[in-house]
Amino acid sequence: MYGMTEIDNKPQRVTGGAANAVSVRGLVKHYGETKALDGVDVDVREGTVLGVLGPNGAGKTTLVRCLSTLITPDSGSAFVAGYDVVRQPRQLRRVIGLTGQYASVDEKLTGWDNLYMIGRLLDLSRKEARSRADGLLERFSLTEAAKRPARTYSGGMRRRLDLAASMIGSPAVLFLDEPTTGLDPRTRNEVWDEVKRMVGDGVTVLLTTQYMEEAEQLASELTVVDRGKVIANGRIEELKAKVGGRTLRVRPADPAQLRPTAAALDESGLTGLATTTVDDETGVVLVPILSDEQLTAVVGTLTARGITLADIATELPSLDEVFLSLTGHKTGETQDAASTRATDFEEVAA
Amino acid sequence: MSATTTAPAPPSAPVENHVGKAGADTRISPRAHVRHTAALVRRNLLWIKADMESMIDAVLMPIIFTLLFVYVFGGSVGQSLGGGRDEYVQYVIPGLMAMMGMNMAMGVGTGFNQDFQTGVMDRFRSLPIARSSVMVAKIVVELLRMLVATAILMIVALIIGFSVESIPGFIASVGLAMAFGVGLMWIFLTMGVVMKSAQAIQGMGFLVLMPLQFGSSIFAPTKSMPGWLQTFTDYNPLSSLADAARGLMNGGTPIAHDVWVTLIWSVALTAITAPIAIHKFRTKT
Repeated sequence: MYGMTEIDNKPQRVTGGAANAVSVRGLVKHYGETKALDGVDVDVREGTVLGVLGPNGAGKTTLVRCLSTLITPDSGSAFVAGYDVVRQPRQLRRVIGLTGQYASVDEKLTGWDNLYMIGRLLDLSRKEARSRADGLLERFSLTEAAKRPARTYSGGMRRRLDLAASMIGSPAVLFLDEPTTGLDPRTRNEVWDEVKRMVGDGVTVLLTTQYMEEAEQLASELTVVDRGKVIANGRIEELKAKVGGRTLRVRPADPAQLRPTAAALDESGLTGLATTTVDDETGVVLVPILSDEQLTAVVGTLTARGITLADIATELPSLDEVFLSLTGHKTGETQDAASTRATDFEEVAA
Repeated sequence: MSATTTAPAPPSAPVENHVGKAGADTRISPRAHVRHTAALVRRNLLWIKADMESMIDAVLMPIIFTLLFVYVFGGSVGQSLGGGRDEYVQYVIPGLMAMMGMNMAMGVGTGFNQDFQTGVMDRFRSLPIARSSVMVAKIVVELLRMLVATAILMIVALIIGFSVESIPGFIASVGLAMAFGVGLMWIFLTMGVVMKSAQAIQGMGFLVLMPLQFGSSIFAPTKSMPGWLQTFTDYNPLSSLADAARGLMNGGTPIAHDVWVTLIWSVALTAITAPIAIHKFRTKT
């Protein structure tokens, strides 16, 4: 159960002097045998965006549902804007906005009526609720569709209406649960732009996603979850650096030199156990390196062989690669038995 | 792979600049409660406005039931009442009014269940409103639909020769039917939260409601029924409601006992099932 002692002796971690808008310690939620959340710790500093990255069934949705008071955790503690999710749910609901995996708007009502209703439910006066609805429709480019039922909206319009609905109470903390799942790339970009604007207004955001690209676009910090556990967290660049080194992209001036370049580097033993990869399409050799010294050595080796370089660049590993090396399995991989079990769970929780 | 390092920290408030926010949770004031419920009533009325077909049951049911019962059974049942079809009209109309609340109540349950299939319920549950507001709004709108159905029933009844002996009695019987309807609606709201599909609620509803409706004094006097069935109909609250409504509208017969029985049933149903419905709604995941 939710223990008294835990409240009185709550661990805290305040980073860089800024307060945590979301602070979660040892959060546990079981569904029968399935541990949806198995002792999760999460912090979101005020005014920042935290990406919670993980495959289906990792426990992302359960985390958001706990933090937005839709479900009660079995144990652990969670505070949002200083309010306890279990003990102060009503106060907490006043300062959060929630956009679920599936657009949570009333399909039968018009866009305007949806926003006006939520304004009234948030204790705005009739006049305030009216002007807030008008203002948000304008801001999310929905003014023309204001008087149409939400069921006639396109997927992107519905998400925008959903985001607008989350913003009515001017929340301090916004939870976005897979905000672009199921959207086409163009619409996804639209939603990203809106989220960036909201962040610009100083809202703290906790965003769950399965897309590496989305986390990179929107979040400054990342918590990687898998099967109910946090397996890594930190700034995105830190995580990338932590997981394996960089890749050097070497482009010989003469495309005919592509294979000799790769052979020279493999022979030199510079890359240790790893080997180079030739990408014929782009005409580059990919060289895994771990240090700056290796970079210098690569250039030295090639110069000694008389190979002229047109271009040389280092790149950080992609988040897909990060995830693979952190979890030992690819994102979205379901063959593995444990991961299949976790996937089943998320359907139950949804 | 190392997870977050959570070194045990000294006892302190969760977050420095939010210390002032600690303390008991706020309550929702009665005024706010009314305001929230009104906003949700408006939502449900907009649904009706957007989809007028949803009113078809409230409009057609009283017409069809009245015509069916009066012209199919009216002659023969009327004879046994010591009159004819006119006698039966006076008998069955108050009963039909009592029945209306039951069929409406089932609609609340199925409608509420369908709400859960959409994401909008999550939004309501993440807003600082009392969970009961959502349910009370459903009931208010359903009572309004019941009033529409009652008005149509009375128009049809007056056309085919029904006479209201007592206007205050008529108003009182409408009130009584609504009170009983509220009790039934809470039962169906509970089913709406607990049961998986709207179809299941409808199926279950028919199984329970049909015997209750026909095993009562709504459509025919119980005198000619076998003893075991009479025992059932005597304890069936719908008989009490129908008899009370009949006495209130037609005058003559003593009704105090039936009115009390109906009121006690109404209050008891609400007192028992409303907390269950709200609790189930609150803890639904």
